[in-house]
Amino acid sequence: MDLTKLTARKIRGMIERGEASAVEICRAFQDRIREQDPEVQAFLHHDNDFALSQAERIDRMKQAGEPLPELAGLPMAIKDNLLIRGLRCTCGSRNLENFVAPYNATVIDRLASAGAVFLGKANLDEYAMGSSTENSAFQPTRNPHSRNHVPGGSSGGSAAAVGAHMAVAALGTDTGGSIRQPASFCGVVGMKPTYSRVSRYGLVAFGSSLDQIGPLAHDVEDVAGILKVISGKDPLDATSLAVDVPDYAGGLGQPIEGLKIGITREYRQSGVSEPVRTRIEAGLKLFQDLGCRLIEVDLPHTDYAIATYYVIAMAEASSNLARYDGVRYGLRIPGQGDLSSMYRETRDAGFGAEVKRRIMLGTFVLSSGYYDAYYLKAQQVRTLIKRDFEAAFQRVDLLISPTSPTPPFRLGEKTSDPLSMYLSDIFTITANLVGIPGISLPCGRTPDGMPVGIQLLGKHFDEPVVLNAAHAFEQAGGFDP
Amino acid sequence: MKIDGARVDYIANLAQLAVTEEEKQELIGQMNSILDYVEQLNRLDTRGIEPTAQVVHTSEQNYSWRADRSRPGFSQEQSLGNGPATGSGHFKVPKVISEK
Repeated sequence: MDLTKLTARKIRGMIERGEASAVEICRAFQDRIREQDPEVQAFLHHDNDFALSQAERIDRMKQAGEPLPELAGLPMAIKDNLLIRGLRCTCGSRNLENFVAPYNATVIDRLASAGAVFLGKANLDEYAMGSSTENSAFQPTRNPHSRNHVPGGSSGGSAAAVGAHMAVAALGTDTGGSIRQPASFCGVVGMKPTYSRVSRYGLVAFGSSLDQIGPLAHDVEDVAGILKVISGKDPLDATSLAVDVPDYAGGLGQPIEGLKIGITREYRQSGVSEPVRTRIEAGLKLFQDLGCRLIEVDLPHTDYAIATYYVIAMAEASSNLARYDGVRYGLRIPGQGDLSSMYRETRDAGFGAEVKRRIMLGTFVLSSGYYDAYYLKAQQVRTLIKRDFEAAFQRVDLLISPTSPTPPFRLGEKTSDPLSMYLSDIFTITANLVGIPGISLPCGRTPDGMPVGIQLLGKHFDEPVVLNAAHAFEQAGGFDP
Repeated sequence: MKIDGARVDYIANLAQLAVTEEEKQELIGQMNSILDYVEQLNRLDTRGIEPTAQVVHTSEQNYSWRADRSRPGFSQEQSLGNGPATGSGHFKVPKVISEK
């Protein structure tokens, strides 16, 4: 039996019944990484002994007859902007190449308590800024379905690790689509929860009003199981909310007949490529066959979403990245011996081109004389976009769209034109601006064999509705319609 | 054109970034093209629309409160562990105050 093709539930069951040990499973994935990752390049670094020691702990629990935790033995990849104590956390940046995390992110503590095994740290666009993982300072990750194509980004390493069966599941982070778009490109399931659902303590900040951590896996039930473990109030993150965490996986399997799913007129109009449109139309038909009602809704300010998003995200990034000054951690270049040149030389050497560009633009839109015209204006338009969604959710339970307007693009195709890269985020960024949950599901392949993803968005804290509809779609064969 | 060479220098100074002449030329083009795209926001009349800074913490019930008590933090060793230059329990930096 190929242990690398199992779900989280099967792995736990096998360990529980004594059919495989957590160590055997961990080793199977380490072998798989050794074999696949030289080409895919999903991992930035891994510590095999560290992973094995976690697996041994599970096997000792089993031998002692203790009840196994819910994610026992689950081999996971963790995006390298999340801290695991004692391991490096590079954020895909030269700046943090040698930074060793002094503490665990809350999501890591929670997953460790639930029995997960951390195989290694997954590649990302530098500081999670990008849509292709080509902005990593260390290596581009390749799409597991085609080595010439990008895996998406910024959680491209996480999605590729799952897609290539080098991990059963992964954590990513999503500021403008960075979980959902790579999930779509790599043919896996990825979910961005409601803003404030998951603690961000120990996540290296990018856009603080937008960032959320979420799971990627091969099926909806695994995503639901992981989401339950990482969700909930954390005293260490004041933005996390004390909203009850339902048993997401236990709530799956409800009929979705009568569910009202909104399709935006904007989807009909915007430049969705033909192979994607064909798959999405098949997906829409399947939801109809399952008894859902498709309803056209208007989100009139969608055209302004990308401009709004980039002003806000860059402003927040420029402010968050001010901390990399070469004093307390990270790279330091001494410069000419004075403080100012040390700052400048350090930041110049530590940051890549995209990060610098965003810091420059973010600093500009926050600067005196331009703040009202750009930053305040974008925050006001954010209000209008939020109202659009509130109005739409008066009429429908979920919104549906492609995750990305195109299938995976080729490495190098968009690197010279940052704006064209930004425009590919059109369907994902609104969920971050509005703070709602979203999921990307596999929805068949293009004639060239590249995965296509379909996206469902729900109301704040309506993860159960989103997951249940996604699960029904998956169970009805929607992953390959 | 909103961004010229002088503006790039000014912003780089605010952001504490060193920018080479080559980077400057590239940034002028890219920043202008992105800002031209952003310009479309001005088509919208937003008079009287309140800005949204964040989306979920909209009422006092959602605020996070905790008692203002001391709690365990990092040891000095942990805090200094990633410091690029440390000594005598401190981060070392170049001299800040000039002699002039």
